[in-house]
Amino acid sequence: MKVKVWGCRGSLPSPGPENYVYGGNTSCIQVTHKDTCIILDAGSGIQRLGKYLSPTVKEVHILLTHLHIDHTMGLGFFPPLFDPNVTVHLWGPTAAGESLLYRLRKYFSPPLFPVRLSDLPSHPVIHELDKADFSIGEVKVHSEFICHPGPTLGFRLAVDKAVLAYLPDHELQLGSSNFPMDPEWTSGFEIAKHADLLFHDGSYTDKEYSTKIGWGHSSVSDAIAFAKMCGVKKLSLFHHEPARSDEQVEQIFRHAVRGEELDFEVEMCAEGNEYDLEDAGEKTLKGMN
Amino acid sequence: MPAQPIELILARQFGDSLSMPFFLVDPEGNLLFYNEAAESIFGLRFTDTGGMREEEWATVFQPTDSEGVPIPPEDLPLVQTLSTRRPAHGSFYIDNLHGERVLITVTSFPVEGRPNRYLGAVAMFWKSES
Repeated sequence: MKVKVWGCRGSLPSPGPENYVYGGNTSCIQVTHKDTCIILDAGSGIQRLGKYLSPTVKEVHILLTHLHIDHTMGLGFFPPLFDPNVTVHLWGPTAAGESLLYRLRKYFSPPLFPVRLSDLPSHPVIHELDKADFSIGEVKVHSEFICHPGPTLGFRLAVDKAVLAYLPDHELQLGSSNFPMDPEWTSGFEIAKHADLLFHDGSYTDKEYSTKIGWGHSSVSDAIAFAKMCGVKKLSLFHHEPARSDEQVEQIFRHAVRGEELDFEVEMCAEGNEYDLEDAGEKTLKGMN
Repeated sequence: MPAQPIELILARQFGDSLSMPFFLVDPEGNLLFYNEAAESIFGLRFTDTGGMREEEWATVFQPTDSEGVPIPPEDLPLVQTLSTRRPAHGSFYIDNLHGERVLITVTSFPVEGRPNRYLGAVAMFWKSES
C-alpha cells in the first residue's frame, strides 16, 4: 500500500513561500495498491493529484471524511470527473436528513460552482457510509463516525497486516471520557488501534485548544497521547492551521515532543510525503520524503 | 473490548457534565454509565459498581409504588424504552444504599445514531417530593 500526501493544511489553502516545507493545499491523500486508486478527501490537493494521475487509471474511489469545504473544494478541479473513460466513486458520510448526493449537489451548483453533477460526462457513483466494513480491490476499509461537527467519518485502510488510519479532523478531548486513559470510551480508537501509520488532526497548541473547544480539532499533545494509547507505529500530525508558517509548525513540534519518551515515530505531515506500507512478514514503513 | 460508538461517547460526556442525574445503557440494557448526581441518589458510586446487567439495575434499588408494592422491571420507564424504542416517563420509589426511600421521577429516551442505528437509551431523573 503506497501513500502520498497531496495536502495536509487545515481549513483554507495557504500558498506562499513561508509554507514551502509543509505545503498549503488542504486535505488530500492518495493510497495506491496494485490497480486500486483510493483518495482520502478532496481538498485543494486533489487538483495536483489529478494532474499527475496515471492515464491507465480507469477507476478512482474518493473517500470523503466529511463535507466541510476544505475537504471537498478540489472536487470540481479533479480531471477524472470530466473524463468519460474514468469511473469515479464518491464515498461519504450519511446524514440524518439530506442524502449525500443532495449535499454534494450543493457544491456542484451555482453560485458555488458553475458545473452541475448532472453536467459531468458520467455521473459519479455515490456511496453513503456510516459504520461500515467494505473492500475496494484488495484494500479493506473500515469507517466509523468520529467526534467533529456534522457527520464525520474516520477511515481505516488495511492490506493484509499493513494498516493506515486517517482522522484528519477529530476532537479528542470532547470525544473521550477520561482521555487518554480509556480506549473503549475514546472516539476513533477502533480506526487507529495498532496502525502502522496514523494521520491525525494536530491543529493546535494546548493554549490555542483551550479557547477553541468544540471546534472539532485537537492539540498536538492530545494527538500524541492518542497515538500512544492506540499503539501506532508512526504518527503524522495533520491539518496545520492556515496561518501557521513552516517555522511555527516546527516550533510547535519541537515543543510538543520535548522531554517525551515515545516508542513510535512522530512527524509534522508535509505535502509531498510518501510512505510504503509493506506486509512481508515483518512490517516496514518507509518514509520516502 | 471494542470502543463505544461516538454517539454513546458523546452521550456519556454530556451526562458527565450535568448536575441532574443521568443513566446510560446499551441496546441490551447493560449499564454503561451514571453520573455523580445519580450516584448521590443511589448512594453508590459508578466506579464501585461498574457495568451492570438490566436484571441487576432494575432490581437492586427495589423499585416500588406509593403503596410499597414492588414494580416489575418491565414497568420501569427505562426498561419500557429499551423494549419499545420510545420515550417513557414515570415516578416510583427506590431504596438507596444509604437505606433511604426516595421518590424519583424518570424520563427515558432511546439513543439513535445516523442513520437510524439503535445504540441504547438514556434515563434522566429527578428526586421528587412525596
